[in-house]
Order: sequence, then C-alpha cells, then structure tokens
Amino acid sequence: MTASFESTFKRVVPAVDFCSLRFVEETTELLSVRQNVAEPPQSSVDRGVMISVVDKGGYGYAATSDLSESGLRTAVARAHEWARLTAGRSVINYSTLAMAAASGHYRSQLQQPALTGKREKFDMLRAESAECKIDDRIIDWSASFWTTHTRQLYVTADGGMVEQDFDYLVPALSVTAFDQGEAQTRSFGGRYNGFCQQGGVEIIARSGFPGSGKRTAEDALALLAAANCPSGKMDVILMPDQMMLQIHESIGHPLELDRILGDERNYAGTSFVTLDMFGAYQYGSQLLNVTYDPTRAEQFASFAFDDDGTRAEKAWIIENGILQRPLGGSISQARARGAGYDLRGVANSRACSWNRAPIDRMANLNIEPGSSDLADMIASVERGVLMRTNVSWSIDDSRNKFQFGCEIGQLIEHGKLGAIVKNPNYRGISATFWRSLAMVGNAGTLEVMGTPFCGKGEPNQVIRVGHASPACKFADIDVFGAEA
Amino acid sequence: MQTYFYQLADFIGTQTRREETWLAYLSAEESNFVRFNQSLARQAGSIRQIGLTLSLIARQRRAEARLTLSGQAENDRAMVLAALAGLRLDLDELPEDPYLLYNQIPQSTEHVGDSRLAADAEMLDQVLSQGKGKDLVGLYAAGAIYKGFANSFGQRNWHRVDNFNLEWCLYHAADKAVKNSYAGTHWDNAEFARKMAASSEQLSILTRPPKQLAPGQYRAYLAPAAMNEILELLSWESFGVKAQRNKQSPLLKLEDGAATLHAGVTLQENSRDGVAPGFQADGFIKAATVRLIDGGKHAGALVSPRSAREFSIETNGANAAEAPEALDMAPGHLHRDDVLTTLGTGILIGNLHYLNYSDRRACRMTGMTRFATFWVEKGEIKAPLNVMRFDDSAYRVLGENLLALTAERDLILDSGSYGERSTGSARLPGGLVKDFALTL
Repeated sequence: MTASFESTFKRVVPAVDFCSLRFVEETTELLSVRQNVAEPPQSSVDRGVMISVVDKGGYGYAATSDLSESGLRTAVARAHEWARLTAGRSVINYSTLAMAAASGHYRSQLQQPALTGKREKFDMLRAESAECKIDDRIIDWSASFWTTHTRQLYVTADGGMVEQDFDYLVPALSVTAFDQGEAQTRSFGGRYNGFCQQGGVEIIARSGFPGSGKRTAEDALALLAAANCPSGKMDVILMPDQMMLQIHESIGHPLELDRILGDERNYAGTSFVTLDMFGAYQYGSQLLNVTYDPTRAEQFASFAFDDDGTRAEKAWIIENGILQRPLGGSISQARARGAGYDLRGVANSRACSWNRAPIDRMANLNIEPGSSDLADMIASVERGVLMRTNVSWSIDDSRNKFQFGCEIGQLIEHGKLGAIVKNPNYRGISATFWRSLAMVGNAGTLEVMGTPFCGKGEPNQVIRVGHASPACKFADIDVFGAEA
Repeated sequence: MQTYFYQLADFIGTQTRREETWLAYLSAEESNFVRFNQSLARQAGSIRQIGLTLSLIARQRRAEARLTLSGQAENDRAMVLAALAGLRLDLDELPEDPYLLYNQIPQSTEHVGDSRLAADAEMLDQVLSQGKGKDLVGLYAAGAIYKGFANSFGQRNWHRVDNFNLEWCLYHAADKAVKNSYAGTHWDNAEFARKMAASSEQLSILTRPPKQLAPGQYRAYLAPAAMNEILELLSWESFGVKAQRNKQSPLLKLEDGAATLHAGVTLQENSRDGVAPGFQADGFIKAATVRLIDGGKHAGALVSPRSAREFSIETNGANAAEAPEALDMAPGHLHRDDVLTTLGTGILIGNLHYLNYSDRRACRMTGMTRFATFWVEKGEIKAPLNVMRFDDSAYRVLGENLLALTAERDLILDSGSYGERSTGSARLPGGLVKDFALTL
C-alpha cells in the first residue's frame, strides 16, 4: 500500500511550493460487559487522506475518504484552491516555512500480540464483572476493553516518507453503589479512561485489571459509608491518576504555543503564559521538572515523528521550576520567530485523524520523579488529604483558575493515613499552585497514565495524550467536600 | 448521496441471509472549514467523509461495524462484504443479547432543507474585510450534512441539511472579548455586517478598566448562551432513563421527588423543531416532543431502544447515549429590553466556560465566566469583569434563586465538530438569578 500511495501521490502532485499526503487508517474494537451482560461489540475501520498544499504564501488542505487516483486529484485541486484563496491573507507566509521532508519508521512495542478472538476477551470481562456485585447496594457496574490499531503514512512531494504503526489498549471498569439517596461511583483506571497505554495485551495484566472488580466495588461501598472531605487550607498528596489531570490542564494546555499565539481564543481559550516568559519564568518550585517525552514505549502518545514530519525527541519543558520551552511545532515556532521570539519547541503538531489538520497538542507530558518515598511524604503531613482518580475538572480560558475533584480521598493526620473521605475537591491558580509543590515522589510512585479524550481545535479534535507522574505533595491548598 | 446510499442499501439486502436482519446508518458531510486568527486565515480546507454503521442481527445477537466509505461503488461494496463476513464471525462468538431492540415496522421519511451558502471567495472576502483593523478569531464551518437509515424491512430515511455556522470573537486584549455567531441556511452579507457591527459596539465597553469582584453571592443575569452551558452539562447523564434508573443522574433528587426546580422551569426534547434528523440509528422515529421537566418537577426521560428493553418501557426514539439533541426550555415573562433595569445592580454574564460537577448529589456545578461579562449598576453597564469561578447548585440557580426567565428565546445551533459537524440545537431563554455563588 505504501508504494501504491507514493506512486499515486507523485502522479497527482501539482507544481506548488509544498505538498504532502497524510494517510491514516484506524481499526478499533470496543467490547463491554455491563451487569454481566455482553453489549453488542462495536468495531470500526476508518481510513482516509489529507492533502496539504502551500503555494505563493497560502495554505490549504482537503481530506477525503476516496483513495482512488481521481479522489486524490480532486483533493489536491481543492487544497490548492484554498491555498490560492488564502495567499497574502494568512497569519504567516506559509511559503517561507522550511517544511520537514523526514523519512523513518515507528512501531509500537508489543510484548504480547493482541488477542484475536472476541470470546476470550469477553470471558475476561465477564469474569471481572461477576466479581463486582458483592452487596445489594451495588446497583450498576461495567467493564470494557478498547483496542485500536493505527497506521499512518506521511509523504511529501520533496521525498519525505514516514510510516508509523501504533497499538493502543484501554481497560476500564466502574462500579456504582447506592444507598439512602446517595450514589458513589468508583472506577478502575479512571471513569474517563485515565489508564490508557500503547502496546499489546500485556497492558491488561500491567494495569492491574485482573482483580479490579472486587477491589473497586469495595471502594464504592466504603465511599457510601465515608464522611465528606473536610474543607480548609491543608496539604494534599495527589496520586498519579489525579496528577495526570493536573499536569494536563495547568501545564500542558497553557504551554501549547498555538494557544499562546491566539489560535484557540474562540474555543478552547488563550493562556496566561506569554512569549516573553520562556527561559526565565518561575513556573513552579525548584522540585518541578517537566518533560515532553515521546520516547517512553508504553506511553499513550509516543511516536517518532509528528504530523508535520518533525522528528520527536525528549525535551525539558520546565527545569528546576523554570519555564524552558513551549509545546509548539515547526509552524508555531516560525510564527513566534515572526513575533520576535526565537523559541525552541517540540515535535507536537498533531492531528486526531486524516480528517483534521495538525495543531499543537501536548502529546506525552510528564513530571520527572523526585527523591521522596510515599511513606515519607505522608509522614510529613500534619493535616491533609491524599486524593486519587480524577472525576471533575474545570479551568478558566487562560488556564489559570482551576477546580478539580477526585473519586476518593484519604485523611492524613499527624503523618498517618486515616479514614476514607468522599467528594474531595480542591481549587487553585496555576500561576501559583505549582510553586506550592513541596515534595515529589520517587520512581517507585510513578505511574503512566493519559487520556484518549483531549479536546481542542476548530474544527474540533479529540486526541490521545500521555501523562506519567509520581505522587506529589502540595502545601496549603484550598480543599473542600460536598454539601452536607 | 441519497441515491448512492439507497443503492448500497439494496446491495446489502442482496448479500444477507434470510435469517439475518441488517441495519445501516449513514452519517456523511462535505464541509468547508476556515479558521481565523487576528483577522487573517490560519487554516482553510475541505473535508469529505462518509461513515456507515452496519449492524447484523441474528439469533437474538447483534454486532456492529463502522466503515468509512469512499463513495466509489465497487470499493464500498467490497468493504461492505468484508464487514458482513466479520460480523457473522462476531455473532458466532456472542451470547444472546437480552436487551436487543430495533424498529421492525418500516417508517420511511425524507427531509431535504433549502439553502444558499456563500461561495468560498465571497465568505473569505466578507469575514476578512469586516474584521479588518480588529482582532477577529474564529471558525467558519459550512456545507452539506447527510444522515440516512435503511434496514432489511425496507425502511428508508433521509435527512439533508446544508448550513453554515460562523463563530467569532473580537478581542480587545488578553482575555477580554465579545463573542458572536452567525448561523443558518441562507447567507446574507447584510445580516453578517449587522452582527459584526453589534459585536464592535459591545467591544467598545471592554476598553473600560475591568472590575475585579470578590468571591461572594451576586445577583446575575445569565444570557441564553450561558444558560446553554448549564443545560449542556445537565444533558450529560441527567435526562436519560438509564442514568436515572441507575442513580447516576445529577438530578437524582428531582427524579426521586426530594427536590424541585422553579415552577417556571419546563424542559423538553423538541425533535419536531430541531435541526437533527427525526430518526435514530436503530430505525425508530423520534417522538416529536419528550417532556423532561414540567413546572419544576421531573416529568420524563429520553429512552433509547436498549434501555426500553432493559427497563420494560417504551422507547421514544432517543439516541443510544440518551442525550438531548434539541433541548427546548419554556420562556418566561421578563422582556429582554427590561433585563438591565430588572437586574439593577449585579452581573451580566454573556457566557460560561468549562463546566463540571463539584458535587453530583447536590447537582452543584462549577465553571468560569467568559467573554462579554459586565458589572451593572442601577441598570447600566459599568465595566467588564475579570473572569470569575462560580460554584453553585442547579437546585438553587434554576430553583429557589431563579427570579425570572426571559420571554424571548435564542435558537442556538451547536457548532461542535468532534468527528463530524453536529446537528444539535437548543432553544433557550436567559435567566435572572439571585445569590449566584462566585468562589475564586
């Protein structure tokens, strides 16, 4: 297929400043068991191409699911027409950009190939589902496996050729308990698929899915019996399945260069970060070290090249608390240079599929481990709450004032873990929150999380991102629970 | 596209066996998207996509495959054949499905809307010239949206709408902006110019020094766009029967009769007057209206075919997610011209942003003010406000603290385009509330 696309593309490429073809084929399967009943399996095969044309300063694209030569010719003509219409009226003279003509390959590392038969997977799901109903107060429960294989091909008229193959697996399980007018839902892996990784069927065992049914049900019942999270200023320890959201919303999005350049102001929002902050701004305490890391094999958004053909390499975004570089691809970097800021970015110009154009996305954005044992972190807290598993998130359009909630909390008093508390929430301001980072857990506390549902862009795109993080302690945070 | 889909449906019929039932749902679009920033083009392009969801049913089992079609008959027929073969294998591996339900009484329908969209060059000229000298950022989305359904019982449904949706902001500085939209089926340069002029006029107020409010409780007017954000959050699990029966709805107290909303709050799913197709993916025709909340009390729910079977009730043609697509909130009596004087001193909230629940049992939600939000004194707009976080319960905002709803309502066409352009809509009034809780 690669050779076929390459030769067809060469036949249809017009005489323009730049032209590329990006082919994406994604095969997915969603298997679910709810209350021990198998739901109808859903599978999909989605394939298409996007043609991009740069000419005389303008830029246009056309995406089509018609992969015939005539289909590609029509798409090329349409993209060329948009380039013509926007020439001289675009945010940058696109013809001045040095677009990458990269060549290379990437393949997800699979320790165990995906299970082929649905029966075996359904059996695993049913077995776990059957462990959930441990009490009459358990009123709903479900378990699922979501597997995806994605094949991408990026070809440029000047000889670039990148092939990348990805395998993803997302196991999930959630249980709802109800009593006396109150429902509490606890999940394995996060209610919104925070446990999501790249690889093969080994992910199921690595995730801890086997045995999760009973554990999750016990947690849901414990939450029913728990007191509300206390309110007030106190220390919090955020575990990796909440840290992933904290990183995502209040470091990832504000550092996306297209937001800083204003592209998202009509939809996802702007950023409190400005172009002049890089290299000097104290984003967090000296313990804060944040990396863009596309090289971690099992992480959800690892890849070798972004969708503009730029080779992806690990980079320090925040080092010892100081903001170093934005999350911006080659086009955004050129636009920043045009504004007088020569910033080194990263390879994160990404599209969610063949039918959307690449924009700056955070990909894998991680907090590097520190040196603290979790036991020492807990022991250091006089009064506080340890929180797990994101359930609610809200942040302003400049990515500053946030309020986040977790599924479950645990009191810490006089350095010891105490009772479970329900409905734990906290709020803060990004610009100051990270400066309250007081301890960073060691590698033993690190977990590799992410989300399949990062929404952004006009037209809208939902894309995969990864966040690996250790447990982290923050001092004097505004914590609160539910109404009595 | 309609002929193509129906011919493909006929082909599917020839390839399935007597004991098999098939359902086919088509969702396609030919769309143009132009993204603007600083009154210049950022990304411009076209997308043509044809999605087909094919379900095969036999022996009380169902399997489903979604394909992206090319629009070329030979290629697509080969894809359908491969999909059918895969679905047959899937059926062999499945147990019986106790909740299987699909429409078996053919009800064919056809809707093709009238339209006149702007030519690409005309639209670009209009937006860029109207935005000249201003900081305009936004998205123009336009083109044809096709939805179709066919099944082995001979049912055929078709829905086509050609429309546009231009959403834009004019920025003053930092996060101070006014937002507006122009959406419909017939582009009119004069109407667009009028909307731009209105935005420009509002923008002038944003040049005044902003006011910073302290956390506390404030009298506030929520414009229809802000009301829409609240109802969009509520639409996430509150109005479906599955979430209600499984006690996961944030409006659980309302459904259980333990709480009520303001007597003026009446909500219905109004498919009859919406933009979405009148049929759903299992072949059921949507009920013209479904009363959800009536006079502040729980009145009903959206019921998908699967839930209908699970809970032994009738379906009303809801989608599988049991989420509204054409929410309709009854108007009140406050005339829009009287909003400022009735508000007196308080906050005029043009829009809200990024809502989520902070306490689902209390239906307490949090979010941010966004875009044109102003401080009002004695009925006069005094200053733009810096963004504030609210955290308040729907039982208060739409209940004991709701003072009035406007007599006039806005038709809000969903500009969402995750995966494909949305056909959702909502018709909503604005709302005047007391003691609206700002927290940060």
